[in-house]
Amino acid sequence: MSAVPARRSWPLYEVFVRGKRGLNHVHVGSLHAADEEMALHNARDVYTRRNEGVSIWVVKADHIRASSPAEKDPFFAPAGDKVYRHPTFYVIPEDVPHL
Amino acid sequence: MSASESHDTAYDSLTEDHGADGQWAFGTGIEDVAAEITSPVPDGVDPADLAQYCLMLGDDALICSHRLSEWTTNAPELEEEVALANIALDLLGQARLLLARAGHVEQAGRDEDALAYLRPELEFRNVAMAEIGDELDFARAVARLLLFSTWRLALLQRLLTSRDPVIAAVAGKGVKEVAYHRDYAARWALRLGDGTAESHRRMQAALDGVWPYVEELFRTSEVEVALTAAGVAVDPAQIRAEVDSVLDEVFAAATLTRPQRPGIGTIAGRGGRQGLHTEKLGHVLAVMQGLARQHPGATW
Repeated sequence: MSAVPARRSWPLYEVFVRGKRGLNHVHVGSLHAADEEMALHNARDVYTRRNEGVSIWVVKADHIRASSPAEKDPFFAPAGDKVYRHPTFYVIPEDVPHL
Repeated sequence: MSASESHDTAYDSLTEDHGADGQWAFGTGIEDVAAEITSPVPDGVDPADLAQYCLMLGDDALICSHRLSEWTTNAPELEEEVALANIALDLLGQARLLLARAGHVEQAGRDEDALAYLRPELEFRNVAMAEIGDELDFARAVARLLLFSTWRLALLQRLLTSRDPVIAAVAGKGVKEVAYHRDYAARWALRLGDGTAESHRRMQAALDGVWPYVEELFRTSEVEVALTAAGVAVDPAQIRAEVDSVLDEVFAAATLTRPQRPGIGTIAGRGGRQGLHTEKLGHVLAVMQGLARQHPGATW
């Protein structure tokens, strides 16, 4: 810790935007805001300026529990060689997009 | 089903035709304002009056936009900087259409750039509220934007039915934009006014500081009288009650007191609408026009 107290700043929020062509909300970045309402408006101003979004979610970065890079192998490697877990043996109907 | 409705269902949006903007991950969805700058002047309307009125509405937006752009690199938070820049750009977009229309109607060979960058101060027709500036006091920016956008939104809502197709189109686009500007300013007025003792003091002081410029917003010029009768303009005096009631609602929620300061008067009946400005406009124009005047015709 430095001897000079850091400037008190607003909490960090993570921003998720659903685009016109998106089925789900996609993480686009983060921003600072004093509360949820401000975070939502700031997200509108910072991340949807180019007409990207039709829906925005914001969540406090503190509320996200992330997996640790050190645990990557035990977490993900075991699924790497189990092709039978993929539904590759079904016939996919033609009129369902993006399945 | 319209394009905007189709986005309510996620599947529909995947299958709809996206036209030429396929290279963008999200699409651009940019809609051009359906304004034909070269539309004929409506019957019974004096072209000189129409040009003046387009300058009034356009200069309000242009000069206010420039003042807001002064916050870029100076705002207290990065997010607010982007928000203020967005608002400035919205207003600049409105100004461009209105100045282009004024240039076409006046038939003097001036395009939007000539009107913005090469016009002398006496020919600007904006109200003082647009030009006074914020002196990098954020509360003042909030106060000025609250008053300006509440007033402009009420104007634009009535201009939706203007007989001039360009003014009506600008109003159609502007109503949505300025509604957001007003919302932005009102949220900050609420936050600061009803925040800490210090933020309340500064918000009230800012409001008191810009209040003398409110009076001019509702002063009707001769051009507005003539064009209101012709169904092109709106008489600003008639929107005062509506603007007051919106402001009172915000003031009450934000625990702010409506200032009792007298308005800035006219000089021999002249104000911003007649080209008589405060000393502030000269500073704005020096910065805004400096580059274009030193390097005539420069492009980049």
